Amino acid sequence: MAESIKIRATLQGDVADVRMLVNHPMETGQRKNERGELVAPHFITVITAAHNGRTVMEAHWSQGVARNPPLGFRVRGAKVGDKIAVSWIDNKGASGSAETAVGG
Amino acid sequence: MKAKRRTILKAAVAAAAALTLPMSRSTQAAEWNKGAFGATSIADALKHMGAANAVPSKDILIKVPDVAENGAAVPIEVTSNIPNTQSIAILVDKNPFPLLASFGFSNGAEPYASTRVKFAGSSDMRVIVAAGGRHYVAVREVKVVAGGCG
Repeated sequence: MAESIKIRATLQGDVADVRMLVNHPMETGQRKNERGELVAPHFITVITAAHNGRTVMEAHWSQGVARNPPLGFRVRGAKVGDKIAVSWIDNKGASGSAETAVGG
Repeated sequence: MKAKRRTILKAAVAAAAALTLPMSRSTQAAEWNKGAFGATSIADALKHMGAANAVPSKDILIKVPDVAENGAAVPIEVTSNIPNTQSIAILVDKNPFPLLASFGFSNGAEPYASTRVKFAGSSDMRVIVAAGGRHYVAVREVKVVAGGCG
């Protein structure tokens, strides 16, 4: 799962604009496969984001978020080089994380 | 003797659970709201969120297409201009599970989030903001050409 997240943070004024993309099936539990069987629900439940180690955002999700979801959020009081770390957990206990530095 | 061993075993299991639980929870500010996310009607979801009596607000900005071609991935962007916004939740009234996402903010995060969500079909979308112990709501209608929950 090392490649599960693409993330980029750019500074606009003193606000870091963070854009990330998570590779995840986000199965609703209502979709049927080629054999007509229901595919079990499989979705990210929690995504957390930290700015220089302090939690700034925590998203709780359901199966209603799209497959391979993008996520954008903004952090005030950021500077170039600050660390933005994100991690996710899904309903099956899998997880992923990534870190980036705020770019100018 | 057998009964005693069982008691000790139970105590050991309980102790192990007590040790692991707080660790897994410490990374999470709030519990994933199982009742609200599992609700199958908008009324039930709002009740579980404690937001049944949310006050309509023009200070919640929603960017979402009026007509979405593909319900499987509808881009949305939400911003709250309500002071002391703690969280923003997104619900789609007619989805099988109406509560889609809730974003909690702290330590300088702007009350803003963007993502893509699924619409089972045309429906109202509701954004609930929690601020200063109160709930506020804004509603937008989205027409969906091809549903995206299958």
